[in-house]
Amino acid sequence: MKNFIVITALLSILPISYSMADIQIVEKLVQTYVTEGAVTADVVQGERLWNKTFKGKGNFIERSCASCHTKNLTDSGKHVKTNKLIKSMAPSVNPQRLTDAKKVEKWFKRNCKWTLGRECSAQEKSNLLVYINNFTHL
Amino acid sequence: MKGTLAITAVIFTIGLVTLPVVFSDNDFRWGEHEEYGHKSTGAVTINNPLYKEECGSCHMVYPPSLLPSNSWTKIMTGLEDHFGDNAELDTEVRQSINTFLLANSADQSDYRRSRKFIRSIKSGDVPLRISDIPYFKHEHDEIPNRMVAGNQKINSFSNCNACHTKAEQASFNEHDVRIPGYGRWDD
Repeated sequence: MKNFIVITALLSILPISYSMADIQIVEKLVQTYVTEGAVTADVVQGERLWNKTFKGKGNFIERSCASCHTKNLTDSGKHVKTNKLIKSMAPSVNPQRLTDAKKVEKWFKRNCKWTLGRECSAQEKSNLLVYINNFTHL
Repeated sequence: MKGTLAITAVIFTIGLVTLPVVFSDNDFRWGEHEEYGHKSTGAVTINNPLYKEECGSCHMVYPPSLLPSNSWTKIMTGLEDHFGDNAELDTEVRQSINTFLLANSADQSDYRRSRKFIRSIKSGDVPLRISDIPYFKHEHDEIPNRMVAGNQKINSFSNCNACHTKAEQASFNEHDVRIPGYGRWDD
């Protein structure tokens, strides 16, 4: 019985230790951005950039992160061209988000190029990252 | 008591090590690509998790057997401008997907429609869109535009699976067609 209680207690804290690993990924990325020239991450700047509109070509003249992901990061979005569902960005409702550094970098590269017409700077990525990570509601 | 501690320690450690794997959304493993090069007989299957993950995040997972290899090569070497979107991949992933696509392209496939797709392409043409291929156009020529491109639930002929309910299983049987807002299609 004692064994059972101890095991159950330990198993119950496992999800906590897992989500701690995610925070580590975000922190690690923020640190990497510092080595690339960024200063402290700024949530407000992250929010500003998320909603900022950039000029694009073709059918999508106005582009922002929110074009596909919506302004409310706890909502799911959809690809503006294909209409394919994009699951919500906020780890507060979608714990799979920001758990893979390589994936974060891949999407920053692609989506900054589409939205801003260039790659994001280390500072911009840092700001966006903490904005997404801390998002709970609009 | 010492025994209990040891057992719990072991369970805890196993849990810590395996949890990220269990919950990770990367469902592919490097080095496990034995399905590459697999030749389909009759039907085409898309059993490549890397392809599904990388290409299927933004659009339908198109069966590789619906485009010839030179079309795939052209697509995979121009991912920076992928129909207006940026779909860049790192070299390792790109090469891996490229190998899969070429091994299962229309020229390599036994799927009956693959031959028809290829035969309908004018020599020298390298179509980038499945929907630009004459056989595709021929198969869809009786469908009014308003039912597809003008249909908000479909948007474009590129969304095969909006009507072909088994498209992502690479089945385009007419009996499985359901046009949103219109229902079955029989010609």
